[in-house]
Amino acid sequence: MSVHRLAAVAALLTGFAAAPAFAQEIELPKQNWSFDGPFGTFDKAAAQRGFQIYKDVCSNCHSMKQVYYRNLSGIGLSDAQIKAIAATVDVPTIGDDGQPTERKGLPADHFKSPYPNERAARAAQNGALPPDQSVIEKAREGGADYIFALLTGYTDPPAGVKMGDGMNYNKYFPGHQIAMAAPLSDGRVDYIDGTKPTLEQEARDVTTFLAYVANPEMEERKRTGIRVVLFLAMLSGLTYVVKRQVWSDVDH
Amino acid sequence: MVGLHTSDIKNPVINWIDTRLPIFTMMQKEYGVFPTPKNFNYFWNFGALAMVNLMIMIVTGIFLAMNYNASTAGAFDSVERIMRDVNYGWLLRYVHANGASMFFIVVYIHMFRSLYYGSYKKPRELLWMIGVAILLLMMATAFMGYVLPWGQMSYWGATVITNLFSAIPLVGDSIVTLLWGGFSVDNPTLNRFFSLHYLLPFVIIGVVFLHIVALHVTGSNNPLGIDVKSSQDTLPFHPYYTVKDLFGMCIYLLVFASLVFFAPNYLGHADNYIPANPLVTPTHIVPEWYFLPFYAILRSVPSKLGGVILMFSSIAILFVLPWLDTSPVRSARFRPIYRWMMVAFVVDCVLLGEVGGRPPEGIWVVVGQLSTLYYFLHFLVLVPVVGKMEHPLPLPESISRPVLPSGGGPLPAGYAAKPMEKV
Ligand code: HEC
Ligand code: HEM
Repeated sequence: MSVHRLAAVAALLTGFAAAPAFAQEIELPKQNWSFDGPFGTFDKAAAQRGFQIYKDVCSNCHSMKQVYYRNLSGIGLSDAQIKAIAATVDVPTIGDDGQPTERKGLPADHFKSPYPNERAARAAQNGALPPDQSVIEKAREGGADYIFALLTGYTDPPAGVKMGDGMNYNKYFPGHQIAMAAPLSDGRVDYIDGTKPTLEQEARDVTTFLAYVANPEMEERKRTGIRVVLFLAMLSGLTYVVKRQVWSDVDH
Repeated sequence: MVGLHTSDIKNPVINWIDTRLPIFTMMQKEYGVFPTPKNFNYFWNFGALAMVNLMIMIVTGIFLAMNYNASTAGAFDSVERIMRDVNYGWLLRYVHANGASMFFIVVYIHMFRSLYYGSYKKPRELLWMIGVAILLLMMATAFMGYVLPWGQMSYWGATVITNLFSAIPLVGDSIVTLLWGGFSVDNPTLNRFFSLHYLLPFVIIGVVFLHIVALHVTGSNNPLGIDVKSSQDTLPFHPYYTVKDLFGMCIYLLVFASLVFFAPNYLGHADNYIPANPLVTPTHIVPEWYFLPFYAILRSVPSKLGGVILMFSSIAILFVLPWLDTSPVRSARFRPIYRWMMVAFVVDCVLLGEVGGRPPEGIWVVVGQLSTLYYFLHFLVLVPVVGKMEHPLPLPESISRPVLPSGGGPLPAGYAAKPMEKV
């Protein structure tokens, strides 16, 4: 019944062949991430260093509106550390006298944005808008590989390429002209844990952090998934045996 | 004929209900002892899977709706809140999103099954047409559902697809305004899409009910495509097909779970994690994978109206398929040419999907036009003509005949080799 099998395969292909929407225009180097694969978890030390980079560098321009300070527990920070981090920002509120005032940040607050609104951001950034980073890892084709490539992909423009005003050449950015100047370089931060801050290291760490904030549920999801799949595999085996048993008296 | 139904159910409470409302008798008749051909292969699992899938969509959808905010200002954030702060919200959302893909995989296989084994032919024409109606409803539901998270693809997909209606002469623009609830895709559009996205699955339940009533009038087709001749050809639905459907469901859930837990965004598009922005058009606007073949047909002609007509025809043609097919034989097993036509047709659909996912440039324009041409050629020319010309293989005498252990030895001459009479 070769035709039947062919038809089945082709029918499945209708589902999957068409799925990955586009081939990347520029080939992205494939990186090894601790969070790859069904058993992957976040490298907590890398994610913490990544948070340091976000806090010291990226958060000067990029907001991260969906994330709360309390979410930092997911990368292994203690309650006391989170409280202290949250307390470094001032959050606008209404005082007892009904007048606008400010209070210290709490773990239950969202990450504070660098700019009050989009116009302020554009005004400060030469007309460009630094996108919110809460889900940026999921919002780009290539995900973590793309972000890592972007952060390490700054070079001088090839001869003959005319750069726009205030634009920077990047191998991996679509169109190659990006308004963000290279945010990272060797020694851009001093890591608290003593890790040597090379460009690659910084890019890898901040990408891990961005992957975490985009998928805070990932570790629980994969852990649950393993259990569900094991359970279903066993149930399939069992049901198959029962099916054989039930059908054993039928000629078919 | 006024009076109580006589029920043979022993339990007094159930008997009391059943004599007044014989739903238990009905279930027993339609799902307990219902005579079902004994020779189904696993392609016959997909109807039941579609049913399970519909239930999963409705259950997860209802819980999502409890936490969803249908406004342009709040939709994207509320979906993120579901993902981050609602208990098991990520599970609900990923099951619902991947469930839509699974639903189309299941229903497309279900339909190719019907095409291959001739399940759309007399007496099951209406059953098939109701199925096509279900497909249309599913497409409308999935399209509006994809708009709800209010990402870039939501917004621009909605804009492109609703704009298609403006190609209709005279009333087109008014229809578009009506769909939008204004003069662009905006808050009123999102609100009415949410309302309809909640409504349509329940309409689908109703139509699926009709689908099944029609199925239980004609009875199921089977891989041989010949009619049931005697009770030897059939088995009671329970336990034979309940257990087989259960096994199929486990495998289906395995595939489903692998997507949800390990690659939840594999079938999605990254751009939909960027909040909708009417001022920034994405470089490529692509619909979800299950619409890509139709999208390719839409773009295969340079005229907007022409594309829209072609796209709708590609589904409308399925409604009249039972009358386009001239072959008296149902199952492709006994149709030496048609079975290869089916293979070519499936390849053509895959190809259309490929084209639909690419920018309409270079060679892909031509490939798109040729595969669109072949799609219509298949239904309008090959199916009617080959049905007349082809010499079908001899049909078995009955479903149980070829497999009965005592069925060895030569069959009465001229008995087995007779193709079904044309009706
Ligand atoms: C000086 C301000 C500034 C800093 C600091 C900064 N960015 Fe950006 N970033 C921008 C701007 C502006 C854009 C928009 C670029 C454009 O659209 O051309 C951007 C865009 C991006 C993008 C999106 C690129 C795309 O594909 O659209 C990513 C990812 C990104 N930044 C990551 C980072 C990371 C990670 C850091 C910290 C290490 C960082 N940025 C620090 C200003 C900044
Ligand atoms: C919500 C979607 C659908 C559900 C829940 C559903 C459900 C079912 C079920 C339970 C059966 C009986 C089991 C089987 O034969 O596989 C069936 C049969 C059938 N369905 Fe569907 N169906 C759906 C969509 C469709 C579509 C889109 C079509 C085609 C256009 C279709 C065409 C048929 C046909 C022709 C049969 C009879 C098959 C036979 O006996 O050979 N169905 N359906």
